[in-house]
Amino acid sequence: MTFFLTLLALVVTLGLTWRYLGSYMAAVFDGRVHFLAFVERLVYRLLGTNPEQEQTWKRYAGAVVVFSGVSLLFTYAILRLQTWLPMNPQHLGNVGSALSFNTAASFVTNTNWQNYGGETTMSYFSQIGALTVQQFVSPAVGIAVAMVVVRGFARKGSSTIGNFWVDITRCLFYILLPIAFVFGIIFVGEGAVMTLAGTATIHDVLNQVTQTIARGPIAFMEAIKQLGTNGGGFLNANSATTFENPTGFTNFLSIYLLLAIPFALTYTFGKMVGSVRHGVALLSVMVLLFSVWVGFTSYGEHQNNPAVAAAGIHSTVGNTVGKEVRFGDTSSALFGVASTMTSTGSADAAYDSFTPIGGMGLMTGMMLGEVTPGGTGSGLYTLLIYAIIAVFIGGLMIGRTPEYLGKKIQAREVKLAGLAALVMPIVVLVVTAIAVSVAAGRAGPLNAGPHGFSEILYALTSQGNNNGSAFGGLTGNTPFYNIIGAIDMLLGRFAIMIPVLALGGALAAKNVVPESLGTFRTDNGMFVGLTIGVILIIGGLTFFPAVSLGPIVEQLSHGRFF
Amino acid sequence: MSQVLAPPTTDAPPHGVAQARGLFDREILSQAFVDSFKKLDPRVQVKNPVMFVVLVGSIITSLEAISHPSTFTWSITIWLVLTVMFANFAEAMAEGRGKAQADTLRKMRSETEARRLNADGREELVPAANLSKGDTVVCEAGDVIPSDGDIIEGIASVDESAITGESAPVIRESGGDRSAVTGGTKVLSDRIVVRITAERGKTFIDRMINLVEGANRQKTPNEIALTILLAVLTIVFIPVVVTLQPFAAFSGATVSVVVLVALLVCLIPTTIGALLSAIGIAGMDRLVQRNVLAMSGRAVEAAGDVQVLLLDKTGTITLGNRMAANFFPVEGHNEQEVADVAQLASLADETPEGRSIVVLAKENFGIRERQLDPSHVFVPFTATTRMSGLDMGSRQIRKGAAESVKRWVLEQGGTVPDDLDAIVERVARAGSTPLTVTDGPQIVGVVELKDVVKQGIKVKFEEMRKMGIRTVMITGDNPLTAAAIAQEAGVDDFLAEATPEAKMALIKQEQEGGRLVAMTGDGTNDAPALAQADVGVAMNTGTTAAKEAGNMVDLDTNPTKLIDIVEIGKQLLITRGSLTTFSIANDIAKYFAIIPALFAIKYHQLGALNIMRLHSPESAVLSAVIFNALVIIALIPLALRGVKFRAANSSAILRRNVWIYGVGGIAVPFIFIKLIDLVLVALHAY
Repeated sequence: MTFFLTLLALVVTLGLTWRYLGSYMAAVFDGRVHFLAFVERLVYRLLGTNPEQEQTWKRYAGAVVVFSGVSLLFTYAILRLQTWLPMNPQHLGNVGSALSFNTAASFVTNTNWQNYGGETTMSYFSQIGALTVQQFVSPAVGIAVAMVVVRGFARKGSSTIGNFWVDITRCLFYILLPIAFVFGIIFVGEGAVMTLAGTATIHDVLNQVTQTIARGPIAFMEAIKQLGTNGGGFLNANSATTFENPTGFTNFLSIYLLLAIPFALTYTFGKMVGSVRHGVALLSVMVLLFSVWVGFTSYGEHQNNPAVAAAGIHSTVGNTVGKEVRFGDTSSALFGVASTMTSTGSADAAYDSFTPIGGMGLMTGMMLGEVTPGGTGSGLYTLLIYAIIAVFIGGLMIGRTPEYLGKKIQAREVKLAGLAALVMPIVVLVVTAIAVSVAAGRAGPLNAGPHGFSEILYALTSQGNNNGSAFGGLTGNTPFYNIIGAIDMLLGRFAIMIPVLALGGALAAKNVVPESLGTFRTDNGMFVGLTIGVILIIGGLTFFPAVSLGPIVEQLSHGRFF
Repeated sequence: MSQVLAPPTTDAPPHGVAQARGLFDREILSQAFVDSFKKLDPRVQVKNPVMFVVLVGSIITSLEAISHPSTFTWSITIWLVLTVMFANFAEAMAEGRGKAQADTLRKMRSETEARRLNADGREELVPAANLSKGDTVVCEAGDVIPSDGDIIEGIASVDESAITGESAPVIRESGGDRSAVTGGTKVLSDRIVVRITAERGKTFIDRMINLVEGANRQKTPNEIALTILLAVLTIVFIPVVVTLQPFAAFSGATVSVVVLVALLVCLIPTTIGALLSAIGIAGMDRLVQRNVLAMSGRAVEAAGDVQVLLLDKTGTITLGNRMAANFFPVEGHNEQEVADVAQLASLADETPEGRSIVVLAKENFGIRERQLDPSHVFVPFTATTRMSGLDMGSRQIRKGAAESVKRWVLEQGGTVPDDLDAIVERVARAGSTPLTVTDGPQIVGVVELKDVVKQGIKVKFEEMRKMGIRTVMITGDNPLTAAAIAQEAGVDDFLAEATPEAKMALIKQEQEGGRLVAMTGDGTNDAPALAQADVGVAMNTGTTAAKEAGNMVDLDTNPTKLIDIVEIGKQLLITRGSLTTFSIANDIAKYFAIIPALFAIKYHQLGALNIMRLHSPESAVLSAVIFNALVIIALIPLALRGVKFRAANSSAILRRNVWIYGVGGIAVPFIFIKLIDLVLVALHAY
């Protein structure tokens, strides 16, 4: 019952957010919001950019690469030098080079894969100056790239597609910072820890044990962790701890925050291309797939754990292994699906202990390419890639050169969309193949057999999709996994972004074909169905053999599928 | 619009170059069989990325079969080679039909002698092949015109049946829009002097041969885009299959290379990959069957995208001739009198309009056609009098334009009835032509000559509208008349008092709005517009300039065919889209056949995925591969004929095709793979 009330509350709050945050974001990126104009001007002067001057897609892509490259270097440098930097009450040493590389790549790509325990590795300065800063700017980059594609559809015969520095500045100051600030306060109010004092030490007289309790500036990181679909927590146990996620309310807020922007961007899309119906169509694709995944993952977790049942123990509260008892089975499944399907990767339970079916829900949620609703910005632009492929096939079936929002989908668009869609499955499969083939990779998983395979596959799927969700069970902090993971993340981010930007440029340059009765409708149920079909085919057909060797065979070993 | 002496009917059976051939003509079949071996050449295969992968796969399995021979390995190898062969066969079938047509054309290009006129005016006999552009030749009755050209002197009736299949001769004369003649046609009467306009080897027939043979066939824009998508769908499955080997090794399972190749071939879109070029060739071929020559595949595709059709009124929307529809008496006379006088005036008038008056008078009032007396004198229509009629002794009967008749009556000392202008005005407003009839100085009434809208054309326009295509009627009539006819015919818009400039401006305006425009034309002054239009269909009777400007030529000179062309263009794209969907949808069943078989030894649990209950791992894999190959053969007729096209709005078409080819594409392989498995078991192969 509580579970259904939670769902209801989510539908209501996300619905309102979709409408109002969506239209607000459209106003921000159309340049109609000015209340912080003085800050904007200052930033532009510092950057030496003229906000009136727009960029071609190539210059825009150049700016994205330069900005991300500099971010990568800065983050890496801070981690490598943290001993000598301020705000290090625990006197933690410098972070190793491979781990620093992995972590820098992870936060710059909005992945937040963590091969470290935050409280035992990162100084406060690293947490704030390196990691939290990236938690703000990396989603801003994603949203900016999504805006390029949106403008591609909205504009007509244009050679420019916006100014990266303007987009990212507006995104930070008008959207991410204010919202994160408000919700940071709420998290503090609910009891999330927020302090710059070092660890607390308590001495338990009764049991004669001394405990060191990690703490730090957690609450504010928490808000942007979810809002920016980052997922990297301050503490190793992420949202399963009471310091990060103190109450049922903050648990709800976490789920709400990580879904807010990815869903709302579909409204922004509809508003900016001049047809909210088109935004609704994309939203429907996201919501339908998301609901199905929530459905079967929570169903899976609500069942008895097969291993526990085999031991003759009957549980009436679902699979509670590895769950926070405060949240329970179905709610943890909801959190898990929301977190894996938004490329967030935060966790309030141990995913390794999910039932094979539940674990498969999380893993396949990522394999669909993070589009339901996906990461901030990246969800929208990746979904548009799939939509373009759907439009192409569907458009042919009605006997017209396919067009989407009046833009003809021709060889160049198919090539770029195809390229962007190819990257993720190929990168994930190839790095997984490497990991299972070399000794350094085979040493990683805790378990043997199909579950061990799942552990590797999950980790590299998570990084390739810039999710950061950890299944657990894999010893990731090794030079091999640090480096291959970093490559996985960087390719999964930028090898998609570049063709996506090129696509935005190609679309913006096109003229608009007026709509007629003969036009393939891209705002109705049929389009939604076809797009879902393409997502399932690219995700499903490419990963089916791999998944069958992991969770499917594992579940079947327990005698039945469901 | 120039007129063919005998207008062809819309539903004429295929004729001319497009001789009806069954889909599986024996001759074409055997030629295609031979060609499918020739096409195994890797240099040919590499152009088709999907089939190239299959070819490479079959090489890998045959190496495996040689080193570790087994029935299974050899069976897979053979079926993979067959898959490539079937694709070749499909393409060869499509090409074969074109080749057969080209042969017919070649026979036509007879080795005639041309009578070339030299500068000094003497004739010289030279082989037709030696003529070059700018030469002048003489052709007389019985001669075959040696090459394409324009008549610069004389008039002749020409038998063009060799090209159009139309047996009725056409009139060709110097000057104007009917001066073009085509090499290979035959002069039936009179003598003409022709200036050759075609370069050697580039005559109309030569171009036709090239076209139907597909000698320089290039991939069309949409075909390129689809090829890229298919390449993407091929590339993505290569790592899927290749990585399975290490995945399986990690899991402690072994998978054979042969099965992996089989899996890859089953997953990549071989069905559409095999049929793609056949679909394109067949689309061109379907146009040829309807006596339309498309100069490029691009034009055929563009036809599917057309959003605006510019249609000439005369001959396309209306029958060429106006017909008498009503008699309106002026005050003091009755309808019968008008009919009587009008019939007298038209007795000697052999124009279709005149005949129709005679017929209407007979039908409505039983006025029998009277015999002409030798003393009766027919007064023909002239541009100056703008009247025609009959002089019966002192009785002078006239019919003609109201103004001319009025002037004539006043000259005769008669008076103009007060209500005449009102009647004339009313008739004109209805889109008809008023013809005033007078018996000497006494005006009796008005005959309404109506433009007769072709039967069934309104329904066609309705269909066009459903498909989202706007129809615009082009006419030289005044806006009043044009509006009335436009309404009757059900076109969306009209351009009245059209000049070539106005036509051109309209096309440009539509194109600036992002719409693709199709039009027909035949006159030299249509040429710029034909060139500007995205699909310009020149009539075969048109001038050389028009034919060169357009990107299609209609050999039947039937402007209504523009609508058919649009449908063929759409059908081409629909066939591609549907088979692509079908091909991808097939993958699901193939997974369920192969994945459990792949890991059967290590993970017998995966047998739960064997929902088809296939006999054994080997029979499962082989069944999937056999299905994958046979489905190509099974779909060749569909690829050549095209997916059934029905005029409907986009949503209805999409729904239908998604059901048939999407949902059907998921279900069909489950059934047939199971059946093939049963057959294999029954044959004791496994």
